[in-house]
Amino acid sequence: MSSQPEAAQLEISDEVVIKIREMHKWYGSFHVLKNVNLEVNRGERIVICGPSGSGKSTLIRCINRLEEHQQGDIIVENVELTNDLKNIDAIRREVGMCFQHFNLFPHLTVLENCALAPIWVKQVPRKEAEETAMKYLTRVKIPEQADKFPGQLSGGQQQRVAIARSLCMNPKIMLFDEPTSALDPEMIKEVLDVMVELAREGMTMLCVTHEMGFAKTVANRVIFMDEGQIIEENNPHEFFDNPQHERTKLFLSQILAH
Amino acid sequence: MSTEQSYAPGEHPDMAPPSTEVGIIGWVRHNLFSSTTNIVITVLTIYFLYVIIPPMLNWLFLDAVFVADSRDDCRAIAKAAGEELGACWAFIGKRFEIFVYGFYPVEERWRVDIAFIMMLAALIPVLFDHIPYRKQGLWFSLIAPFVIGWLLIGGMGLNPVSTDKFGGFMLTLTIGVTGIVGSLPIGIALALGRQSHMPALRMVCVAFIEFIRGVPLITLLFVASTMLNYFLPPGTTFDLLLRVLIMVTLFSSAYIAEVIRGGLQALPKGQIEAADSMGLKYWQSMRLIILPQALKISIPGIVNTFIGLYKDTTLVIIIGLFDPLGMGRASLADTKWQGLSTEIYVFVAIFFFVSCFSMARYSLYLEKKLYTGH
Repeated sequence: MSSQPEAAQLEISDEVVIKIREMHKWYGSFHVLKNVNLEVNRGERIVICGPSGSGKSTLIRCINRLEEHQQGDIIVENVELTNDLKNIDAIRREVGMCFQHFNLFPHLTVLENCALAPIWVKQVPRKEAEETAMKYLTRVKIPEQADKFPGQLSGGQQQRVAIARSLCMNPKIMLFDEPTSALDPEMIKEVLDVMVELAREGMTMLCVTHEMGFAKTVANRVIFMDEGQIIEENNPHEFFDNPQHERTKLFLSQILAH
Repeated sequence: MSTEQSYAPGEHPDMAPPSTEVGIIGWVRHNLFSSTTNIVITVLTIYFLYVIIPPMLNWLFLDAVFVADSRDDCRAIAKAAGEELGACWAFIGKRFEIFVYGFYPVEERWRVDIAFIMMLAALIPVLFDHIPYRKQGLWFSLIAPFVIGWLLIGGMGLNPVSTDKFGGFMLTLTIGVTGIVGSLPIGIALALGRQSHMPALRMVCVAFIEFIRGVPLITLLFVASTMLNYFLPPGTTFDLLLRVLIMVTLFSSAYIAEVIRGGLQALPKGQIEAADSMGLKYWQSMRLIILPQALKISIPGIVNTFIGLYKDTTLVIIIGLFDPLGMGRASLADTKWQGLSTEIYVFVAIFFFVSCFSMARYSLYLEKKLYTGH
């Protein structure tokens, strides 16, 4: 990972791919997300940060309907998220997701993990799906692990498999929910390298992370959330050097101190 | 040993462990003589085995009489040979056919034999993968139950045999295997239904499971044998064995459902989320992701339930069906062979032990095969 900000060199189109308008969400009576407004253009790399419990994971999980929002609109790739299962399926086909705990399927080999969704969701012939899987496993630099089970891999390798698994569906948008939080320090870099690579290829990415180095290098926009609201959003340069909000300053001083 | 050679950091070679840690000596030291308590237990166990095993072998084999015409005959033969009286297996030998076939007509017993062989052949592709022609084998397994049913009951070209002629081991196998094969899918469906988001479906499943679990099997069998006659319109005949099969299957499916529910709940939520996020539909997620893992976790519990069901088939004696145990008790009434209950119960015990132990071993084999290092 180079330390030079390279965000400016990457192209962002005018096309809006995610549009969130006045969105609210409650867990029971607990108001988790409060009036969230967000527009994401194709090719953007957005880092979402904030203290724990601020609703950042919930926000990106609303985008592929792992969580249901109760008020407001979410429109992804021109499809509105409603209770209509057809819309949800359509959006999930376009949006890939990586989780903090990888969530690989432990009873399937790495290759089967990757080929499963293309075969069953997109009806791709098995052979073709496996070829695609090998292609993406090569891209995340672990083709030699294809026939192993997830339980036999290190955390960093598992997360790279999870990224490859998402990519096999050929998504237009990738969501990352704290992808490096469960990893040993030595393995964080190998996962971030893959994500940087992905950003360079122009993938639209929303990433919940505390890796500020990654935010500085890759993101074109950083969003800070607290108590269910977007408090501040800016380009990384301004965000880190010149935070506006008191809460942001406090958060940054704590996270950058160690 | 004081001349420990020094190595540079990271250069220390792997060395063989001390001889007291490996091989037979290591095993004996660790497992039999590791502490004073352990030594005492080992010695006592050896003494206990010494006291128990020789007399048991004498009774079972060495002093046993295998061919005789009556119990007195057994005694005479043992006396003539100058032995103490061991087991009189001749009794079992004489009764063997009735233990196997029950009251099934003698001239039709070949049908039971063929059905038995078909059952074994149908089980192989289901229980083992990595066998040649498994796919064709599974098709065979699918149609085999119907052919077996036809062979046993008759009709359509075969002489019909009433199900009250069923008895002995064939009855145990009929009830046991039907119960096992039938209760697994029903149990899975109930477990999934109990987790469903649809309140009506969930409540039906919960009510069913709790009702069945709250009532003893014997009660259900009585209901099967008598009460249904009151509920059903007069004149409807509903085969007794069929009623028993249904009740046993439902009974064990409620237990299976709860065992599988345990497996479902043991799975991290992330598994279904990952499946959802990739766009898999509910049934696809269940079939490809959730159930394979939940069933794998539940194997010990499932097999435990199956073994329980298999042994519970002996309860059918209460409603007038003769399983091996019932056959044995009935045979005791024969004056020629009076007082040989030990032989009968040992024989029946061996039969059940072999069946149940095979199931237990298969479950271990399956667990080992499905282990993927997590």
